[in-house]
Amino acid sequence: MSKVLVIAEHDGTNLNGSTARAVSCASDLGLDAIDVVVLAADGSAVAEQAAKISGVTNVLLVQNPANENAVAAFLAPQIEALAADYSHVLAPSTTFGKDLMPRVAAHLGRPQISDIMRVESSHVFDRPVYAGNAIATVEAPEGLVIGTVRTASYKAAANEGSASVETRSVEVTLPTHTRFVELASGGGGDRPDLQAASKVVSGGRGVGSEENFKHIYSLADKLGAGVGASRAAVDAGFIPNDHQVGQTGKIIAPDLYMAFGISGAIQHLAGIKDAGTIVAINKDADAPIFEVADYGLVADLFEVIEELEKAL
Amino acid sequence: MKILVGVKRVIDFNVRVQVKSDGSGVVKDGVKMSMNPFDEIAVEEALRIKEAGNAEEVIVATIGPKACQEQLRTALAMGADRAIHVQTDEEVQPLTGARIFKALADKEQPKIILLGKQAIDDDNNQTAQMLGALSHWPQATFASEVKIEGETATVIREVDAGLETLSVDLPAVISVDLRLNEPRYVKLPDIMKAKRKPLETMSIEDLGVEHVAEVKVLKTVAPAKRQAGIKVDSVAELVTALKEKGLI
Ligand SMILES: Cc1cc2nc3c(=O)[nH]c(=O)nc-3n(C[C@H](O)[C@H](O)[C@H](O)COP(=O)(O)OP(=O)(O)OC[C@H]3O[C@@H](n4cnc5c(N)ncnc54)[C@H](O)[C@@H]3O)c2cc1C
Ligand SMILES: Nc1ncnc2c1ncn2[C@@H]1O[C@H](COP(=O)(O)O)[C@@H](O)[C@H]1O
Repeated sequence: MSKVLVIAEHDGTNLNGSTARAVSCASDLGLDAIDVVVLAADGSAVAEQAAKISGVTNVLLVQNPANENAVAAFLAPQIEALAADYSHVLAPSTTFGKDLMPRVAAHLGRPQISDIMRVESSHVFDRPVYAGNAIATVEAPEGLVIGTVRTASYKAAANEGSASVETRSVEVTLPTHTRFVELASGGGGDRPDLQAASKVVSGGRGVGSEENFKHIYSLADKLGAGVGASRAAVDAGFIPNDHQVGQTGKIIAPDLYMAFGISGAIQHLAGIKDAGTIVAINKDADAPIFEVADYGLVADLFEVIEELEKAL
Repeated sequence: MKILVGVKRVIDFNVRVQVKSDGSGVVKDGVKMSMNPFDEIAVEEALRIKEAGNAEEVIVATIGPKACQEQLRTALAMGADRAIHVQTDEEVQPLTGARIFKALADKEQPKIILLGKQAIDDDNNQTAQMLGALSHWPQATFASEVKIEGETATVIREVDAGLETLSVDLPAVISVDLRLNEPRYVKLPDIMKAKRKPLETMSIEDLGVEHVAEVKVLKTVAPAKRQAGIKVDSVAELVTALKEKGLI
């Protein structure tokens, strides 16, 4: 029997939406079962949520005080201990999965397939390289497959399942060389999570200052949108890092993406390739963002935002 | 204390990469090659740690063909003390790369290994974490701030939820993100000086690293192109278009 294990991403209370996307990828493998493992201090609420994901067979709940925060050096040995029962182990390709899975893979002596965007067969996958400017079809060697799932390539699996939840104890010695100190969240307020939002309003260097970003937030709130940014805007201190979209930020797939004062560098475009409709507002008619925008408007972004807010 | 830094030669980030029509990969002939941007930041951080009096020696290492020595020389010109070139004409994947870095670490006994968070060619984002696993060392990935105090490093990491702080015992592997620092410019006299700095060459076999089962690249194709859109002339026109699509 071939089974896939999906590692749940969560904050102790809520399951992260990336998990249901990874389950969609797992479903494409067409194996006998999909299990989700929740590694947490308590995690019972998270396990309940994971059990509702359509297609999931079993939810394994591994409780350990060391799992209070997602520290790769603690989680990896526990996952390794569980991996023996599976043909595939997958996690979302978020900073959580990216940090964790190569550590698991190397301990098990396996290579890793990063950012799976399509399943061709049990061992053959498509993945982006060169910031998405090329797509490689790669074959994993025979045996256990370890991979991360490019979440923007998959819709979240439905929420109609009723998997059983089973508590598992995993007896491994955890290292003492790492200490979690704190997590300072960027503070997006009540705005939708970038990676789950159906609409995203983004600002770039053209927005000009932290102060001016209030126009971006205000429009986003009118639209019920998440707020994104280019790296230049983050580097300049206009907005915290967790809003960065692109090759080295978040890869997103909203139905509507609106870019204000963003030139459209390939590294930025790598993050929005799967957006439904891209709107670009830039005062430079030659900005490369217009090559990918469904609707482009050559204009001053502040004037456009003002008019848009009136029109909505 | 020594710091070991990984330096990979990749297609320059400004190049618009072209995919070969026969599916065999991307065009590399006549294309500008540079140090992986993340690795430049790793070198810079190592130098700053040394300049702050927290390390004695910065060793840079690359795995790849002869031409990679160019990037090692750049790192030496930035201020690294010596370089190691693990020469091979074959593509080295992260698991093998991590095994090679492990062998180098066994030999050199560094207290810190700084790698880029990802190489911008294959975008794997694996080597540092794999090296952490193989060495049974702590890892602190995606670093945007590194503080060394005695035998510990306090690292601020850029994660999806914001900024996470980890404290790790040395020796440790740290992978660096773009906002950690701004790499210095290399000055001409430094380039001249770098030519005389030691650069040691060895093979993968010299390090006793064997090949493991790896991922096979079957083909490489260009991504699906987005349909070119239209320019609208006014906000009113934009609003109408988005309303028609049911987006607002
Ligand atoms: C390894 C690497 C990884 C990277 N990863 C990322 C990443 O993940 N995400 C990312 O975004 N970038 C990334 N970058 C950086 C990227 O190359 C660009 O530098 C960055 O995206 C530029 O941001 P920008 O478009 O906001 O700024 P700019 O390129 O400076 O563009 C600003 C735009 O604003 C317009 N503008 C100015 N004022 C106005 C106005 N009043 N009204 C309308 N338009 C106006 C200008 O015409 C211009 O087009 C990466 C770079 C490297 C080397
Ligand atoms: N061939 C190589 N030579 C030197 N360093 C490398 C090599 N491959 C990977 N690295 C290091 O590992 C980091 C991450 O690479 P990757 O896991 O391939 O995304 C890079 O930024 C380098 O610091």
